[in-house]
Amino acid sequence: MKASRVPALILAVVLAFLYLPILLLVINSFNEARYSSTWGGFTLKWYKALGTWENRDLWSAATRSLFIALASSLSSMVLGTLSACALHWYRSRLQRINHGVLYLPIVIPDLLMGISLLLFFVALGTSLGTGTILIAHITFCASFVTVVVLGRLQGFDENVIAAARDLGASNWVIVRRVILPLLAPGIIAGGLLAFTLSVDDYVITFFVTGPGSTTLPLKIYSMVKHSKDLPVINAISTLFLALTFLVVWLSQRLTEHQPNRDSR
Amino acid sequence: MNQHRKNEILLTAPTLLWLVVFFVIPSFAMLLISFRPANVYGGIEDGWTLGAWQALGNPDYPIILWRTVRLSLITTVICLAIALPVAFLLGRLEGKWRGTLLMLVIVPFWTNFVIRVAAWRVLLHPEGMLRQGLVHLGLIHPDTLLLYNEGAVLMVMVYTHLPFAILPLYAAAERFDYSLLEAARDLGANGFRAVMRIFVPGVSQGLLTAMALVLIPALGSYVIPDLVGGTSDEMIGNKIAQRALGDRNLPQAATLSIALLAITLLPILVVFLINRRERAESR
Repeated sequence: MKASRVPALILAVVLAFLYLPILLLVINSFNEARYSSTWGGFTLKWYKALGTWENRDLWSAATRSLFIALASSLSSMVLGTLSACALHWYRSRLQRINHGVLYLPIVIPDLLMGISLLLFFVALGTSLGTGTILIAHITFCASFVTVVVLGRLQGFDENVIAAARDLGASNWVIVRRVILPLLAPGIIAGGLLAFTLSVDDYVITFFVTGPGSTTLPLKIYSMVKHSKDLPVINAISTLFLALTFLVVWLSQRLTEHQPNRDSR
Repeated sequence: MNQHRKNEILLTAPTLLWLVVFFVIPSFAMLLISFRPANVYGGIEDGWTLGAWQALGNPDYPIILWRTVRLSLITTVICLAIALPVAFLLGRLEGKWRGTLLMLVIVPFWTNFVIRVAAWRVLLHPEGMLRQGLVHLGLIHPDTLLLYNEGAVLMVMVYTHLPFAILPLYAAAERFDYSLLEAARDLGANGFRAVMRIFVPGVSQGLLTAMALVLIPALGSYVIPDLVGGTSDEMIGNKIAQRALGDRNLPQAATLSIALLAITLLPILVVFLINRRERAESR
């Protein structure tokens, strides 16, 4: 059958569409001209501007984002692993409820999670800030980690546990020496996904943040909204892009190489 | 209680309790708050009222709800129309090429969401290369803006949601038996007709998933209309944010959110019912 060229053409156009704005952003971060309509020559001055005193709140926002992402990914790794094991090993009415409650946060628009948490915190009189952001991030990350770890559990050989038990291993030893090492790539991949989701989140954070608790996406948003220091935004976006690539590349490697190790 | 059951509860309780406290209860709290009066300090007063619900009749809200549904549906249709041929091609390719191209589709979405939308703001900016170039070529009027209109909102919505359409369709296309298309051609169907009558029904499950994965987040859009839309392109998400954080009428924000939730649950319900029917039929 002679394949039509049309789909290939569409794919090429789609890829151009996907990369055009990002490429432009990266190129402009090295553009001497303040306005992106002209090329004023290569410069690193926007990157240097990132280090100046005027932009120190960008760095405090970045530090807060990293802290929140780290703390929420670690917590959701624990919560997600526990619930994935529960969903995988038990079939009961409780697990059907558990399943529904775990999947809903993934399905509904994030805006709704943000607003309902804001209303909840206001009703309780909780003061908004880094703490409430952290709670919100753990809540949506836990579901995603569960799904990733559950995927890893699907290829789990139950005989390994039976063998360990036959050899006299206690439950604790089985968990620590058998189950956790086997699940580790899934848990780490889930944690990295949670990290990127947390660092990336704007909408939910926007609702549950308080005075003085600006994260990097919030900071960038307000700079974009007021068209302030656009070249500096390009520079920090490019750095951010590089960091995300690194994290995703790591998680890809972790999930890709695992099957080979199993088959050996 | 036996050991088995005790272990199950130990494994289930931490996460389930967390989600009950910070997800299930807040969702119900939202429903309760929608019947409360707002106080002048931006908080919630005791007592019950239907005020916030009656205010939904304010002609602004139905217009904005309808615009939200319309823009989300158009975004979904465009995304599916682009994703179908892309998935068709990716599914037909050999392993190595397929993996590389799939990666190329996903990579742009590792970028921060706000930054991706901001990049479009730069691209479509009145002083930007694109508009200047188009004006120079005489393709658009010098007064035409590429930003702050419905076209810009739709373009960026398609841009940000496209991978959610491509990935499930690709997963379905990967399982599709392409030799069926050859059979159809041997029987005299032309290429386009064969694709429409055999490939499209063949990946219907992927189409359904893609539809839900684009439509649902699109309905909850807030950032895109805020950054690239004009005042007449606001969606329900913008109104929710304005009520919650702008003029701080929390009960009104709650009623609008419940309206959005109701609209969102519709596609989820459709997918759920179709899946259940198909499972019942295949039994």
